[in-house]
Amino acid sequence: MKKNLAISRAALKNSSLVISAAAMVISMLISALIMAICGYNPFEAYSAILTGAFGSLRGIAQTLAQATPLIFTGLAFAFAKKASLINLGVEGQMYMGALGAALVGITDLGLPAIVHVPLAVLAGFLFGAAYAAIIGGLKVKFGSNEVVAGVMLNSIAGYFINYLLNGVLLAEGSSVAQTERVCQTARLPRIFSSYQVTIAVFLAVVVCIAVRWFISHTVLGYEIRSVGMNKKAAETAGIHISKALIVAMCVSGGIAGLAGANQVLGVDRRLISDFSPGYGFNGISVSALAADNPLGVILAGLIFGILRAGALELNRSTGIPVEFVDVIQAMVVIFVSAPLMIRHMGKLTRIFRKKPAGKEV
Amino acid sequence: MEAVQMRSITKWFGSLCALDHVDFSVREGEIHSLLGENGAGKSTLMNVLYGMLPCDEGEVLIHGKPAQIRHPSQAIELGIGMVHQHFMLTPVMTVTENVIVGGEPVNGPFVDYRSAVRQVQEMIDRYHFGIDANTKVQNLSVGEQQRVEILKALYRGANILILDEPTAVLTPQEVQELFAVLRDLKAAGKSIIIITHKLKETAAIADRVSVLRSGKMIDSGLEASRCSVNDLALMMVGRKVDLTFTRRSQCVGQVAFEVQNLNLAVKGVPVLKNLSLKVRKGQILGIAGIEGNGQTELIEVLTGLRRPDSAVILKDGKPFSGNASDFLTAGVGHIPEDRLSRGLVTPMSIEDNVILGYHRRPRFAGKGIRRSADIRAFADEKLAEFQIKAETVQTPCSALSGGNQQKVIVARVFSEDPDILIAAQPTRGVDVGAQEFIHNRLLDLRDEGKAIVLISADLDEVRRLSDRVAVIYDGRIVAENDHDVWDEMELGLLMTGGKGGVTA
Repeated sequence: MKKNLAISRAALKNSSLVISAAAMVISMLISALIMAICGYNPFEAYSAILTGAFGSLRGIAQTLAQATPLIFTGLAFAFAKKASLINLGVEGQMYMGALGAALVGITDLGLPAIVHVPLAVLAGFLFGAAYAAIIGGLKVKFGSNEVVAGVMLNSIAGYFINYLLNGVLLAEGSSVAQTERVCQTARLPRIFSSYQVTIAVFLAVVVCIAVRWFISHTVLGYEIRSVGMNKKAAETAGIHISKALIVAMCVSGGIAGLAGANQVLGVDRRLISDFSPGYGFNGISVSALAADNPLGVILAGLIFGILRAGALELNRSTGIPVEFVDVIQAMVVIFVSAPLMIRHMGKLTRIFRKKPAGKEV
Repeated sequence: MEAVQMRSITKWFGSLCALDHVDFSVREGEIHSLLGENGAGKSTLMNVLYGMLPCDEGEVLIHGKPAQIRHPSQAIELGIGMVHQHFMLTPVMTVTENVIVGGEPVNGPFVDYRSAVRQVQEMIDRYHFGIDANTKVQNLSVGEQQRVEILKALYRGANILILDEPTAVLTPQEVQELFAVLRDLKAAGKSIIIITHKLKETAAIADRVSVLRSGKMIDSGLEASRCSVNDLALMMVGRKVDLTFTRRSQCVGQVAFEVQNLNLAVKGVPVLKNLSLKVRKGQILGIAGIEGNGQTELIEVLTGLRRPDSAVILKDGKPFSGNASDFLTAGVGHIPEDRLSRGLVTPMSIEDNVILGYHRRPRFAGKGIRRSADIRAFADEKLAEFQIKAETVQTPCSALSGGNQQKVIVARVFSEDPDILIAAQPTRGVDVGAQEFIHNRLLDLRDEGKAIVLISADLDEVRRLSDRVAVIYDGRIVAENDHDVWDEMELGLLMTGGKGGVTA
């Protein structure tokens, strides 16, 4: 009996779900404390966030719209992580994906929407994948660190697109760096006509499920996992490590590209310079909260979507700075990435509970 | 008088009871062997004594006085010293510097190095350690480095010495030297505890023996002279095992695998020098040698993991080359020398690991999709066949004991029925039961007419299983002969390059 209890408790403690949930709760509590110290009412803040996110159809649409790119970028990061790659180039790959989608989207191909939309989305995937392949290639061929290469390529992608947007791709008569609007046939249908959330949110969920299946049921997914967890054993088993790393990087980049495609084809309906408020890097937080689990990414993306959507309401109805949403997000990352801290906190509460009971051992 | 008394020591690791009310005592001036298989709790018990682990229950008395040992520094104050299996020495510093670190004699703000050398040399001479206090540790042999570790403990005033698997890394000659040193220490009144699973050595050196099995003390304080090796084995394993059993090859066939003039340099340093070897069908070729004489690189070449600078590799008389995947496909099986780094992806499940390397075979995958149900059925079957102790095949390999992890690897290789098997350290760190099992499977495979290259640091294993023995030293095969030509001491000498190469 005692043994069974001990086992289930151990299993519970190690479960990443528990860690993530605890991290979420602790982060919100600490953020509340910080708000209180700064002289704001945390209850007011959280209720504003919840109202903003769920209080109306508009709020729900906003939540889903905010969650969509985060699910894509979170999944992109999580996928690379399966091969133990830290893909910090998600932001750049997303921009390149946006470029690919825009190029196909603004060109009138005379195709029906049922073909044009998927084609433009595919272009987004391929551009992102190709851009990520550079990082994979540099790593495999020259042993460069994917973290450094990724960060550098983010800047290059940003400047390259700005260059195009101020030159060949600049919309006629526009004073801002942006392309023409994408063709009617290339637009991602919106779920509610007046809000920005598109059917891409379903695509995001489907891609998460597909990735989950790929990882656990295909030979390539298995090889990527093996390489990610023990390169030497994978090598000994005759697995082509370079191939596994490049495939993992490309798929990761492709998924990041989908975030860009959604932005261009669904949200802005054109490629605008510097459109991302940091979706790429927020993807790291999403992936962390999801413990790199593809299905967890859906939930984590939604949670961050709620915070982002709520932040808009926070700004409007209270005087509380929206930056507190960033504080919560940062806290989550800190706690999720330090699972031992949460375990120790668990221990502390046990000690407090034990003390009055006496010192029996 | 008892130097150490441990009473009713109990230690839990989560839900696992590592020590279950263990009583253990050591007299002053005796050599006490703490015997048990891997995972029996020997190291846990000693870590409790040395203050590295707190125990959940029980008490410890040192020289009759109750002691609360919560940290190694307290153990050292009480005169307990521990020599770990993996030495903790700084190779570029001298013997003296290594010995005094943390307890340097000082002269004002300066280390009084001269008096330190004097003190250390005096200790070396008193116990006949036969090393120079001014030599750099990197220039010492493994056996000598071990004596430096013992010196460190003695310098801190240890009169109770714990040695963790002290003979694991030594040649037979060095083992004899170590035993001489231990007898001198005993004569000087020190109490010595040897943690070991080697029965022969226990019989050779220990005054008394205590046997641990699965966290329980089976028998404590037996007179070593009164028990036979087989009695001890019975107590240690819990059932009858015959550790001297072997059978020799009945029919040796054609040469199955041959390497000629293998040369390999790593970072410009020659590691394998003109090495040649061949193994026949129905034969086990044992390669004996001290670790670090090129075995790792040889294994890597023989399994396609590393391309040699020059070599001719013949399989069934035909030239053969390729990468690791080609070798596996061609029927060259591989039991890697380090199961944790090369053998298993430990966070993955048993079912994922038991097909690793063969996961693209048609029975496990089709059109790039894994046949999950078939893989599971296969893994279930292997779990039973190889007596792998795990609840299900979804258990991650990291949760298995060393012996069971090794069985996963053996199951994987044997299921593919390889023509040639490169078996490196097939039973390292594995309990006696698993060792016996793996040895029998190797002999069975050989009797089916397969060729096996056995590379092992365990001389007993090489001598018992091999039909032919080759000795590797400094990247060369310095001697090769039938299994019964050399005795243990002669082999030991060859392994250290002490005797001119003899090949017949």
